[in-house]
Amino acid sequence: MKRIGGSQLSHRVNKKVKELKPSGIRRFFDLIIGREDVISLGVGEPDFAVPWRIREEMIYSLERGITSYTSNLGLPELREAVADYYTKFGVDVDQGNVLITTGVSEGFDIAMRSIINPGERVVIPEPAYVSYVPLSILAGGDVITIPTSPDFKLRYEDIVKVGKAKVLVINYPNNPTGVSYTKKELEEIADAVIEIDAIVISDEIYAELSYNFKHVSIASLNGMEDRTVILNGFSKSFAMTGLRVGYAIAPDDIFESMLKIHQYCMLCAPVTAQIGAIEALRNGDDELEEMRAEYLRRRNFFIKRIKEVFEVNTPDGAFYAFPCIENTGMSSEEFAEKLLFEKNVAVVPGTAFGECGRGYIRCAYAVSMDKLKEATDKIIDFVNSL
Amino acid sequence: MEKAEEILRILEGNARLSTKEISDMIGIDEEKVKDVISRLEKEQIILKYKTLINWEKFGVEEVYAIIDVRVNLTREKGYDDIAKRIAKFPEVHAVRLVSGDYDFQVVVKGKSLKEISFFIAEKISTIPEVRDTVTHFVLRTYKEEGVLLFEDEEDRRLAIVP
Repeated sequence: MKRIGGSQLSHRVNKKVKELKPSGIRRFFDLIIGREDVISLGVGEPDFAVPWRIREEMIYSLERGITSYTSNLGLPELREAVADYYTKFGVDVDQGNVLITTGVSEGFDIAMRSIINPGERVVIPEPAYVSYVPLSILAGGDVITIPTSPDFKLRYEDIVKVGKAKVLVINYPNNPTGVSYTKKELEEIADAVIEIDAIVISDEIYAELSYNFKHVSIASLNGMEDRTVILNGFSKSFAMTGLRVGYAIAPDDIFESMLKIHQYCMLCAPVTAQIGAIEALRNGDDELEEMRAEYLRRRNFFIKRIKEVFEVNTPDGAFYAFPCIENTGMSSEEFAEKLLFEKNVAVVPGTAFGECGRGYIRCAYAVSMDKLKEATDKIIDFVNSL
Repeated sequence: MEKAEEILRILEGNARLSTKEISDMIGIDEEKVKDVISRLEKEQIILKYKTLINWEKFGVEEVYAIIDVRVNLTREKGYDDIAKRIAKFPEVHAVRLVSGDYDFQVVVKGKSLKEISFFIAEKISTIPEVRDTVTHFVLRTYKEEGVLLFEDEEDRRLAIVP
């Protein structure tokens, strides 16, 4: 039998893909593999299991043999539930504009491919979630990044300075910084977007994990209803990461294009996950509130303690803190590596999220209070021993 | 008042957290946390700090029985009077007035089936207002005070996720 592979040829690989930078997280991930008893603050997903009522609903659906494709659009009950749900964030949504996707990752990819013609400009504020830049490049976009350090807030001037662009990507509450925007701050961003005549792709996956003020969708602001693609899903709010289910809400023309790509490349989101998602929206409020309250306690605890050694902004949402580690004299990678080797605590170097993450680390407080306490003590010990 | 509720919720989950840790978690002064807790203790809103123990795993056998108790009410003796009388026995773990086919659900703790049976026969059934009892011995407990008593799924997340 012939064994697959072995060829070292690389000229036959797509050039654009070949030129993509490998994920900054990858190398670090390899360092951790094989180490035992690592406390990881590097995990960008909830430590809660999917609420049992959701799992139970999915199990029941499997027992009944519900395993076939759904409509390309997604299950009608789920689209309707999503449309109802989004009024919570200030937007009146018709279920005809809701497309169920295989997580926000797919939503982002097909939104970008639906909008961008080769060479059109995509504006991405950094630090940013790791997939935005590569997926925009693959869609043919000309990526312009806006550094937002040191307070990590995107402002009117930053956007208009860029000039005309096709798409602005925003993500709030933000991974990795935890920064979010009030309605007033969003209005400023919206003004700039209208001025440069762009479409916003708004990744609102952490909307439910807002602690300081209520999450408002930028699509709810005047003039934004026809130039916003909302992306959201169930991974963070209902801890359904591995189930891969999310949704996009888009204006008719963009929606139609996204649907076209989605039906060819994905066909439909996993049916079991869609069934779980319906239950999440119908009956998951209590569990969601419990998780949110717990994250908030962890945030308060972590920020209070970590301030003993680092400068850090109090995150508005998500479950990340992004402290500045420049006072240690180390680079982000060096710090993360030494902390791992000496204290067995994993964090992610800020540079994984773009150049302007230099001098920062991302700490995810999605771990149990006991582990968070231990990890915090170890980080503080480590810094004090330098 | 809202902070008091938050403190109670935290303590309900883990009574061993220090006041300093609680103050960090909810963002108020440690002194304030201490004040609130001692007030809640004084007002008997916080009744007791206990430890939930899996005695079976430790190797100590404890027998529990749930007893359905039906009673006859009289002008002189109402539910409260009868309940108090039952509740004061140290063997009695819990007493609840419930809806349905019977009046009280009484949880009794003992060292053996025999001990519990005799206790019911001698102390509960003989109360004049008690009409009859049905005893259910507990064979296995799967969840207690909201805590699962069996091995559950472990954390399977990858160490680094973007």
